[in-house]
Amino acid sequence: MAGRKQLQTRADLLFHIRRFFRSQGFLEVETPIRIPAPIPEAHIDAVPSLDWYLHTSPESCMKRLLSQGYEKIFQICRVFRAEELGARHLPEFTMLEWYRTGADYNQLMTDCENLLAFCLESMPDKDPLVYQGKRIDASSPWRRESVSDAFRKYAGASIEKALETDRFDEIMAFEVEPALGLDPVFLYDYPIEKAALARPKPEDPNLAERFELYIGGMELANAFSELVDPVVQAERFKKEEEERVQAGKKPYPSNEKFLHALETMPPSAGIALGVDRLAMLFAGAADIAQISAFTPEEL
Amino acid sequence: MINAGELRKNTKLMIEGEPYVMLEVQFVKPGKGVAFYKCKMRNLMTGSLLERTYRSGDTFEPATLEEKKMQYLYAQGDEYYFMDVKTYDQVMLTAEAVGDATEYLIDNLEMDILFFENKAIGITLPNFVELEVTQADPWVKGDSVAGDSKPVTLQTGMVIQVPPFVEEGAIIQVDTRTRAYVTRVKK
Repeated sequence: MAGRKQLQTRADLLFHIRRFFRSQGFLEVETPIRIPAPIPEAHIDAVPSLDWYLHTSPESCMKRLLSQGYEKIFQICRVFRAEELGARHLPEFTMLEWYRTGADYNQLMTDCENLLAFCLESMPDKDPLVYQGKRIDASSPWRRESVSDAFRKYAGASIEKALETDRFDEIMAFEVEPALGLDPVFLYDYPIEKAALARPKPEDPNLAERFELYIGGMELANAFSELVDPVVQAERFKKEEEERVQAGKKPYPSNEKFLHALETMPPSAGIALGVDRLAMLFAGAADIAQISAFTPEEL
Repeated sequence: MINAGELRKNTKLMIEGEPYVMLEVQFVKPGKGVAFYKCKMRNLMTGSLLERTYRSGDTFEPATLEEKKMQYLYAQGDEYYFMDVKTYDQVMLTAEAVGDATEYLIDNLEMDILFFENKAIGITLPNFVELEVTQADPWVKGDSVAGDSKPVTLQTGMVIQVPPFVEEGAIIQVDTRTRAYVTRVKK
């Protein structure tokens, strides 16, 4: 359970995040939390709610807004993921997502740098960030490493081989992530199999324009240059659903309205950032429980 | 069956035919990737520790263990004998299986004996046990050099720190989970 100081840090962050996006001309939106058809992802499970589901991310509704002509939108909302509970996970947590039309993932990296700089400027007693007893150098530009380089450098492995032997996630979690250090770093260009909603890189269709932001050794945000091809998207959903069914999970209803919206969605980029983990970073908390008013065990 | 996602501290499960108790589960999951469960477990038969990483989708057989209320009778060498208070059946546990609990074993002490496939494999002590102080340095009032605590020897040979006023012959309550002095007990 968080103390007053931690809850104050969390509240300040939410306040400054909103100030930042409004100052950048973003529209804050709220989309439904209960939805009929979650986006099928092999390793993310939605919590059922009556005959619908609680969203695991506001992604599908926000992209539908992009297809309706909104250009810069952001949302801060609670999202739900079944069975995720640990020092950095809660089954219900706060997600910040923002989307831009006419942009790609490079722009989102700049957004991340600007957002953190804005929050630190607004909370000068948190500057510089100190996490796990170490000072974090958050000055821009942040380090950028391709996933392929990171695998070679930190695990002596190639992503092709890792995929072949079904060890990609394992190597990422136990060899690459712990070696990234505490300063901010963008891991970018994931194998296309690991980015079901991202567009392929024009110069290499085996890679997707996806990045993850790590700060303090924590995965903080995941971003894509969005895939806007409804046919390819439907194929990828089918693959994810197959994997879900194979693992004994119940398939989700198909999301035709979302696929239909992709037909008119302009080239865009979108990102999801875990607000709880950002609060952990600002509060120097090693466990997500320390910045949460209540954890499930406390209810 | 137990799913990897249901593994918690104290979950009892079978691994390669032997019962284990979960000591620690660390949940590790790259956002879009598969969930991993970094587990630390103790073998309930041998006491040895095992560290393994499982992934979402792995399943486990639960370990069916039975607990019976029993009374400590006596020890012979490395063998410790206990008696079922209802049926008077006797069972033996090795020193290895009893472990540190020997520090609390006094005649007639009641506790839970853990059985796996009808074989006694371990004991669960009561949280508090009352033991007699058999050796203690005398307390000198106003002696500030001695500090807040002093070591004493209990009837089982166990040595623990107690407040300076606890004297030889006193009966004290000890917390078996923390191995700490709790209070003096009036006789």
